[in-house]
Amino acid sequence: MKPYNIYICGVGGQGIIKTSIVIGEAAMKSDMGVVMSEVHGMAQRGGVVSTELKIGDSKSPIIEKSNANLLIAFEPMEALRAISKASKDTYVVVNTSPIMPFNITESEVPYPQIPDILDELKSKVKGVFALDAEKAAKDAGHILSLNMVMLGGATAVSGFPIDKEAVLKSMRANLPQKSIPINMKAYEKGFEFVSSN
Amino acid sequence: MNITKVLTGKEGEKLFLLGNEAAVRGTVEAGVSVASTYPGTPSSEIGDVLSKLAKDAGMYFEFSTNEKVALEVSAAAASSGLRSFTFMKHVGLNVAADSFMSVVYEGVNGGMIILSADDPSIFSSQNEQDNRHYSRIAGIPTVEPSNPQEIKDMMKYGYELSEEFQIPVLMRTTTRVSHMRGVVELETPNTDKKTGYFKKDPKRFVPVPANAREMHRILVEKMEKIEDVASNSPFNRIFNKGSKIGVITSGSAFNYAIDVIEKNELPVNILKIGFSYPFPEKLVYDFIKDLNNVVVIEEVDPIMEKDVLAVIGKYGLKTKVHGKLDETLPMIFEYTPDIVLDGMRKVIDFNLKEKQSYEPDIPLPVRPPTLCPGCPHRAAYYTVKKAVEELDLDAIYPNDIGCYTLGIESPYEMADYLLAMGSSVGTSCGFSKSTDQSIVSFIGDSTFFHAGIPPLINAVHNKDKFVLVILDNRTTAMTGGQPHPGLPVDGMGETAPEISIEKIVKAVGVEFLEVINPVSVDISKEIFKKALQFDGVAVVISKYPCMLTKKAASNQLLMNVDPEKCDKCLNCVKDLTCPAIYVAEDGSVDIDSMFCKGCSVCMQICPKKAIGAKRLS
Ligand SMILES: Cc1ncc(C[n+]2csc(CCOP(=O)(O)OP(=O)(O)O)c2C)c(N)n1
Ligand code: SF4
Ligand code: SF4
Repeated sequence: MKPYNIYICGVGGQGIIKTSIVIGEAAMKSDMGVVMSEVHGMAQRGGVVSTELKIGDSKSPIIEKSNANLLIAFEPMEALRAISKASKDTYVVVNTSPIMPFNITESEVPYPQIPDILDELKSKVKGVFALDAEKAAKDAGHILSLNMVMLGGATAVSGFPIDKEAVLKSMRANLPQKSIPINMKAYEKGFEFVSSN
Repeated sequence: MNITKVLTGKEGEKLFLLGNEAAVRGTVEAGVSVASTYPGTPSSEIGDVLSKLAKDAGMYFEFSTNEKVALEVSAAAASSGLRSFTFMKHVGLNVAADSFMSVVYEGVNGGMIILSADDPSIFSSQNEQDNRHYSRIAGIPTVEPSNPQEIKDMMKYGYELSEEFQIPVLMRTTTRVSHMRGVVELETPNTDKKTGYFKKDPKRFVPVPANAREMHRILVEKMEKIEDVASNSPFNRIFNKGSKIGVITSGSAFNYAIDVIEKNELPVNILKIGFSYPFPEKLVYDFIKDLNNVVVIEEVDPIMEKDVLAVIGKYGLKTKVHGKLDETLPMIFEYTPDIVLDGMRKVIDFNLKEKQSYEPDIPLPVRPPTLCPGCPHRAAYYTVKKAVEELDLDAIYPNDIGCYTLGIESPYEMADYLLAMGSSVGTSCGFSKSTDQSIVSFIGDSTFFHAGIPPLINAVHNKDKFVLVILDNRTTAMTGGQPHPGLPVDGMGETAPEISIEKIVKAVGVEFLEVINPVSVDISKEIFKKALQFDGVAVVISKYPCMLTKKAASNQLLMNVDPEKCDKCLNCVKDLTCPAIYVAEDGSVDIDSMFCKGCSVCMQICPKKAIGAKRLS
């Protein structure tokens, strides 16, 4: 199959790697080829975290510039930082609640206004689904389910190659049993949002 | 996936594994008996998984004090006829290098694999040295996997090769392979358990000069034979398109090369080198002899490229070689598909269906990593800095490697000199002899055990004068929180004797020794001041657990800022910079209870006593 490339980014501690594994295993169980690249180490102390997933026949897990089909940004500013991976054919699912860099009060460059970020994204890509995933996660029962809100949103984007059922099965296999009800709710909130927008 | 699948997964089953997890599966399928490491990115997860699974796998696993010890543990196991595995980050092999050289001379009875995880582009290291040079220095057969499946398969292959030729095998990975996840098809685990027996043979195992000369001769003979094996290895594969242009590539670079070639339908033959040393000269000769051009695509140094040039020189071929040396490809840092594409376009002219690519229009602030909220290192830095200021000293801060290296950042700027693990102490000895400046050096607990003790002995014996702060956060935090000899638990989770840093420091003869709790700011500051005024080596052990390992107390402090009292001096925001404290849009200072760990340092340092605390009950 033609590769379907997913770039996922955000800040350390948001559950990005776990989300990527859920997608990757779902692809594998659906008999698709899949490779993924993760960042570990220094970057995780509050720094930028990103993973790259290629579903299909690729050997390399690194997405060529302008070649992401889907960008999942767990943090608004990080969506823009990843824009070189996107093109006018890319869909973006972005969480609108920001996380300030720790040194922002000392920074010469201010944190951009969220509407400006979204406007720039909209002007460059095929479609932007901007949702307050932090709020959705809290509504679902726990802030830590934010990653499942994002996953739900991603699964509903047109062209996403894996069936919702396979994604849910993979999610159940990868998350602690007792967290499943909240995570399911979170997932459905994300899915609903993107399906209805 | 539950991680125990790495052990229990059946033949034919497919798992989505990280390269490092696939290495563990390799040990299971190869029947490894002894494994040892010192943690280091990008190899750390191998140890993390082994520490969970070794017991059930019937394997012995340890986090050794440092890489040299780790290598020695595995060398002894292999000389006793067991299969052993030692693994480390690239710079770890520098630490182990002395014994590494000898184990290759001496050879092994049971199979031994030494895995070196290199870090091109320096994601979390101090350099991007290419450890394929070690293959050449030592004369050790070397394999270079490109993906998790190959890591596992090459482990099995490596053990067979190692036993056939009685020589250890080096597996060289890079960050992108160790931290790549892919589908791995499993084979049967090897469950034969063996007990080693060491058969004495000083001619083989004691490298006094007369023996060592013989060992070197035998090593060279072995390597000549192994060159044939490499030239015929299933891991050196040709993809022939009958072209006059070829690519020779290995490791991660192979992944980029083949994707670029297939996506753009380039008419190019590929030689994928998986068994890279001894360099498969015969195979390479056959591959290039009828080519007009060959592009060598490798990370980081132009090692194969020079080997290819040597083959061309030796056989008088006319093939033109492209790579780093003619600037077809960049000399340093890791490659990407885009970089390989640019390189290929310099050699073959082809059209691209390129899409418009973007850069952000809005300027974006950087997001550097930082010490966690409640991190004890932050409190120690803050307090030392205040002590130095109050005594009005000109201090230099030799630093070391760990989370605490983040003390390099503003506002602390307390990492002035750093070479490698343990260098804080050794370089302090040198500064003490070279300048009249005050010296405060910082070392973590794990790093102290790894490489801090010999230089501390040096300091006392040579009558140096400096303050050494041992940041004892009860773990190896930087690499994910592995245990070390100062903890009452070992690498397999068993209880173990806890080695006291305090007793070591005393035994060395240090005359000024204090143990502080860094979150008691005022008391700590007075102790640091005394240490700074001590004429000799003064050691302060700053003991408080890392936030990764500390369990959240049910009665944790809940902090709040009283807006009436706060005069917005921003001492807590600018001098302490705990990420849980922030300035809200209206300019008021507040604490994010999501992130705050209730360490109370901010409360103690607030000049207006505006920060208060309640016990969460
Ligand atoms: C020779 C070598 N081995 C391993 C590493 C990887 N590494 C970096 S820091 C560190 C240890 C950090 O532990 P500690 O000194 O206790 O400091 P902490 O991170 O806990 O603050 C390790 C293992 C390295 N940089 N060099
Ligand atoms: S992981 Fe531990 S040592 Fe590292 S910054 Fe966080 S609290 Fe500090
Ligand atoms: S108590 Fe203060 S310094 Fe400690 S974690 Fe909370 S906000 Fe940070």
